[in-house]
Amino acid sequence: MSSKTPAKPAATSVVKKIRAEARGIRSKILQRKTPAMKFPVRSLSNVVYRPEKGHFQIKGRKKERTLTVGTVKTFAQTLRMMAFSQELIETDDMATKREAYYVSKNWDDARFNEQPESDTVIEDVEALFGVNREQLGFVPEEKGGDVAGELIVVDHDRDTGEKLRIDCTRFGSGAYSIPISVEQLQFETNADYILAIETAGMFQRLVKHSYWRSANCILISLGGVPTRACRRFIRRLADDHQLPVYVFVDGDPYGYSNIYRTLKAGSGNAAHLNEFFCVPQARFLGVTPGDIDEYDLPTHPLKDVDIKRAKDALKNDPFIQHHKPWQEALQKQIRMGVRVEQQALAKHGLNFVIDEYLPRKMANKKAFLP
Amino acid sequence: MAARQREISVSEFFTKNRHLLGFDSPTKALLTTIKEAVDNSLDACEEAGILPDLEVTIQALAENRYRIEVADNGPGIVKAQVPKIFGKLLYGSKFHRLRQSRGQQGIGISAAGMYGQLTTGKPIVIESRTNRRQAAHRYELVIDTLRNQPVIKRDLEVDWEAPHGTRVAIELEGTYKKGRHGVETYLRQTALANPHVEIRFQGPAEGEVLAFQRASSTLPPEALEIQPHPHGVEVGLLLRMLKESKARRLSSFFQTEFSRVGPTLAQRIVEGAELQPKSSPKRVTAEAAERLIASIRQARIPAPPTNCLSPIGEERLLASLQEQIAADFYAAVSRSPAVYRGNPFQVEIGLAYGGDLTSDDLVSLYRFANRVPLLYQQGGCALFKSVLSTNWKAYGLQQSRGALPSGPLILMAHVASVWVPFTSESKEAVAGYDEIVREMKLALQEVGRQLARHVRRTERRRDADRKRAYIEKYIPHIGIALQDILGLSEKQEAEIVETLTDTLARSRKM
Repeated sequence: MSSKTPAKPAATSVVKKIRAEARGIRSKILQRKTPAMKFPVRSLSNVVYRPEKGHFQIKGRKKERTLTVGTVKTFAQTLRMMAFSQELIETDDMATKREAYYVSKNWDDARFNEQPESDTVIEDVEALFGVNREQLGFVPEEKGGDVAGELIVVDHDRDTGEKLRIDCTRFGSGAYSIPISVEQLQFETNADYILAIETAGMFQRLVKHSYWRSANCILISLGGVPTRACRRFIRRLADDHQLPVYVFVDGDPYGYSNIYRTLKAGSGNAAHLNEFFCVPQARFLGVTPGDIDEYDLPTHPLKDVDIKRAKDALKNDPFIQHHKPWQEALQKQIRMGVRVEQQALAKHGLNFVIDEYLPRKMANKKAFLP
Repeated sequence: MAARQREISVSEFFTKNRHLLGFDSPTKALLTTIKEAVDNSLDACEEAGILPDLEVTIQALAENRYRIEVADNGPGIVKAQVPKIFGKLLYGSKFHRLRQSRGQQGIGISAAGMYGQLTTGKPIVIESRTNRRQAAHRYELVIDTLRNQPVIKRDLEVDWEAPHGTRVAIELEGTYKKGRHGVETYLRQTALANPHVEIRFQGPAEGEVLAFQRASSTLPPEALEIQPHPHGVEVGLLLRMLKESKARRLSSFFQTEFSRVGPTLAQRIVEGAELQPKSSPKRVTAEAAERLIASIRQARIPAPPTNCLSPIGEERLLASLQEQIAADFYAAVSRSPAVYRGNPFQVEIGLAYGGDLTSDDLVSLYRFANRVPLLYQQGGCALFKSVLSTNWKAYGLQQSRGALPSGPLILMAHVASVWVPFTSESKEAVAGYDEIVREMKLALQEVGRQLARHVRRTERRRDADRKRAYIEKYIPHIGIALQDILGLSEKQEAEIVETLTDTLARSRKM
């Protein structure tokens, strides 16, 4: 199918990689040695922040999974997942991660008990070969994010191959959904910037009042930590049209160090892919700890997990460690002991965010956090 | 006063004191009777250097009425001794001597005969043959309760196949029960602590037959008689010894009547009490005796000799456990002799673990004093308390606070002594002297460490087996995956699985 054509050359190279790995393991076994697989360590401890590139880059650290009692199950599962992936590629098929989990139910003792286990193995295989899961034939079932505003997305009809021009201003009170794979998309836009929003509620309010029209921007709902597709979509769009990206999330450690950080610099978990799945041009609009005082916003006390997350970020997150303003923001938040939600702005009137907050913020972009 | 005391009949004395003597319930009365007869038989056999063969028979005559018979292959008893042994309370040959033996007070078998006579009116029947040249005799012995005099009512010559031996039969009122305090339990434990003994048992029910095989064909070393150690005497006993002694001078009294006292030490003791070494022992007053005791306490006296003890021994303990109990692991520890209050004693622990033993229950503790099983008053016994206060968790067993450990374990605790300190006359619980408790704990720790090694080893092996099963469960999947990816033949796949299984099995670290 035409939509899969860009994946073809990569596919054969992935199969080659799978075969090479399997051959290596087989020859070790036949030499009566215990085989091992080397995986890049997938955590924040194995990434460095590259400010010049704007994303996390994986350090060389690898963990070796030698075939022992402790690892034999995962070892077998990883190999079976690789075999399954090869089958998917060779038959030009695909499976969602959930489907892959169910397929494993045929594997007797090697089956997965819970989906997170099979997801982890898929991520291991991705990292092992330095490819993304789509190249392995796996697709996520997660939603990519919603788009509304001054943007025309150019896609193709899956059956006829005919060009489709999707106008994101014409979804009324709804929005365009970012597909799982965004590589084939092209963009036409005259917008001034992209505004990425954490919560669906805030996104709805801005769509309802056609904020994108008055501000000449593109609104994208992240829906929590942005998916890879969402990050890739924003990245391609911003790169193609040199658009600034502003991020508007809840004022809590999760919004800062998880949602915003992942969007901008990538994640520790898929570090080998961050190069593609990050948006280095993103800037942080709000809600900042400073906004709480400045706008006299109602707050909630920080929970223990919030405090832990903030301290963790200060201690371990290479991105936060690189940016002094972020350290100050997190420290200030810990000191204040409170968090604030985007929608707390409604205290000053439902449209305060449109009429006052965003215009005032946009007037002083220098104050945005890096 | 003395005259009035004499008027108290033995039957009255017995009735008042039956709880002290172990006849306080019908069940216990039956067991105690068997116990006393068996103890007597074993002591007699061992003294004569004969490997004991015992036959214990219980015959049900009516409800709550039984005839108990214990036969041995011992040296037999001459007629003159029969009344003394079986008929007179507090007669006993054992009271004044210091030597390890089963009975201590010498009231046992006569009390049993008395009990039988009081409850059924029947005499004790004793059959005995002393040697090949003599005919066997059958005596019927009755106790004249008014005069505390045993009387032989009948004396017949009877046929007896064996060259020597004794058979005692007592009819009594009692209850025959099985279980923890049953006859069977008692005999089983007796066989455990006496591997040189063979016991056949016929219970009251038809076909209720048990046989305990001999696990060792050598007699335990003979226990020698020793004189008391000075540290073990109290004023009362000292006064009596002074009165009864043939010694003419105090210094020679100490040298001849006590162990471990030489001329220098004797002189030091006497002078320490401000008495003359040359003065007569018979003239020592109670007050002077107390000074002597104080002087003895001051003196440093070597520990008593220990050849008066006859422990079971580690090897025989092991052999016995292996003969009687189907387990995976056996351990035994015989401590060196130690001393409490001048009395030599020795502690031994045997242990059987695993195998057919059940693991959910509390550990079974078998207590023994001078090879006699102690079936009652476990809670008050120092042997039990020592087991309780040992930390068995350190040795791989489960243990709740204040309880015996649980697990597939049988523990034997034996204390051998010339004078086992019981908490009461019924001889069922050992008193908690510090020295005894300390020896017990050291012995328990020693077997505990051996047990822990075994438990750890078993666990490691089980662990390794589990690991291997686990590895082998997943190896086929590695084969399948490699076959799928590389398009291998069945044969090639089988080769991978086989080789890998073999490699992992070899590399497995135990």
